[in-house]
Amino acid sequence: MRRVVITGAGTVNALAHDVPGTFAAFREGRSGIGPLEFRDVERLAVRIGAQVRGWDAEAHFNRQEISLYDRFTQFALHAAREAVAQSGLSFRNDRLAYRAGVVLGTAAGGMNTWDENYRSVFEEGKNRVHPFVVPKLMNNAATSHISMTFGLMGPAFSVSTACASSNHAMGMAFHIVRAGAADAMLTGGSEAMLCFGGIKAWEGLRVMSKDGCRPFSANRNGMVQGEGAAVFVFEEFEHARARGAEILAEVVGFAMTADAGDIVMPSRQGAARAMAGALRDAHLPRDSVGYINAHGTGTAANDKTESAAVADVFGQHADRLMISSTKSMHGHLIGGTGAVELLACLMALREGVIAPTIGYEEPDPECALDVVPNEAREAQVEVALSNAFAFGGLNAVLALRRV
Amino acid sequence: MAETVRDRVIRIIAEQAVLDVADVHDEMGLAELGIDSLGLVEAIFAIEEAFDVSVPFNANEPEKSGFDISSVGAIVAAVESLVAEQTGGDGGAPPA
Repeated sequence: MRRVVITGAGTVNALAHDVPGTFAAFREGRSGIGPLEFRDVERLAVRIGAQVRGWDAEAHFNRQEISLYDRFTQFALHAAREAVAQSGLSFRNDRLAYRAGVVLGTAAGGMNTWDENYRSVFEEGKNRVHPFVVPKLMNNAATSHISMTFGLMGPAFSVSTACASSNHAMGMAFHIVRAGAADAMLTGGSEAMLCFGGIKAWEGLRVMSKDGCRPFSANRNGMVQGEGAAVFVFEEFEHARARGAEILAEVVGFAMTADAGDIVMPSRQGAARAMAGALRDAHLPRDSVGYINAHGTGTAANDKTESAAVADVFGQHADRLMISSTKSMHGHLIGGTGAVELLACLMALREGVIAPTIGYEEPDPECALDVVPNEAREAQVEVALSNAFAFGGLNAVLALRRV
Repeated sequence: MAETVRDRVIRIIAEQAVLDVADVHDEMGLAELGIDSLGLVEAIFAIEEAFDVSVPFNANEPEKSGFDISSVGAIVAAVESLVAEQTGGDGGAPPA
């Protein structure tokens, strides 16, 4: 069986515009959540979020590129550049180009482009929009621009499964490399939904917090949205070894399940089946897991359902493993969230530092796990899981092992 | 005759519960009516639209929201006081 390893990582999120900065924020337990700044924010009831600050598109892309790149595409390309640079791979004029591809997750694609152009035609009454509106807003725009930028000519597509988009995308990339359909895949996810229409839609569900993200804490009162991207290079192990690449971790298992239940309420059983399935796929015993990056949205429903599912899967070992929700720091990036959260798994496996669940104020007997409250912790971890449980009852869990 | 706040709230709840208004009584709870969390959020949205008020309700902590949803009667009373507060009216007829 072909093995799959990670040889590059890149990101931009509310904590930092690169991986080292994000790791530093994880170590410090720093929050990226603050007052939202964009047009018409005063008409929102929810005005906090984990926004990418100091983003200067002109510093990264030329004018022609910007006219084609929605914010979510910009984030994805920026993250991909960091990941590819770290991997040391180059694809152009190389046979590898035909054996390399892209799978990215996003829930909303070019939401800012939709928002700006709806405003222009509906509110401002304009009858003409920019010619690139469609290629900018389409969900596969980020995937396609990564493919074009780096010359990746193998399998390429985008995945959209709400909050599980990135995990489903990375699971697909894992399968593609493991099955031999490609030797290297750029994968992860991107989201940029922090605009008036994006937040207004979420407000309607009444699951957003107005004051902070406190996963697993008894006084949690909802989720806080974030934005950004993370992209990884998934590479076939022998290919990576032959060229002497630095290996960040091995991807050893993936499972996905559907609750076939409710369109918004999570299912304990669906979540448990996904975690157990990822371990089965990895041929690893349950007590090998040292860390779980939780879905941990900070809603009443998710956190107790997820805690119960962890208890179901791990039994007594549930009390020994660590589980944290880094959404408390980088917010919920929706379709990009699993990708940014995989960084916390890489940090745990490679650096022996567990990112904390910050904002933890009061224990909740329904979430009685070691959630690594408020402060990062040093610990050696051999296996880490990353959970994502989406609206629509679609669950995707990845298993990573230290190399 | 103008529809009262009470009539309108009960009509909204009945519609959400797929019941006749005559079968919705003050002492009934949401579970008894078969209204789940998503149904409740929809009913609250309908109330906000009907009376042009803002209902303080967070699905994560319904009991702390300051909007009593323990029974049909409680919801009616809560909406009546919201309408009185937020429109400065007498809680009688909803706005046209």
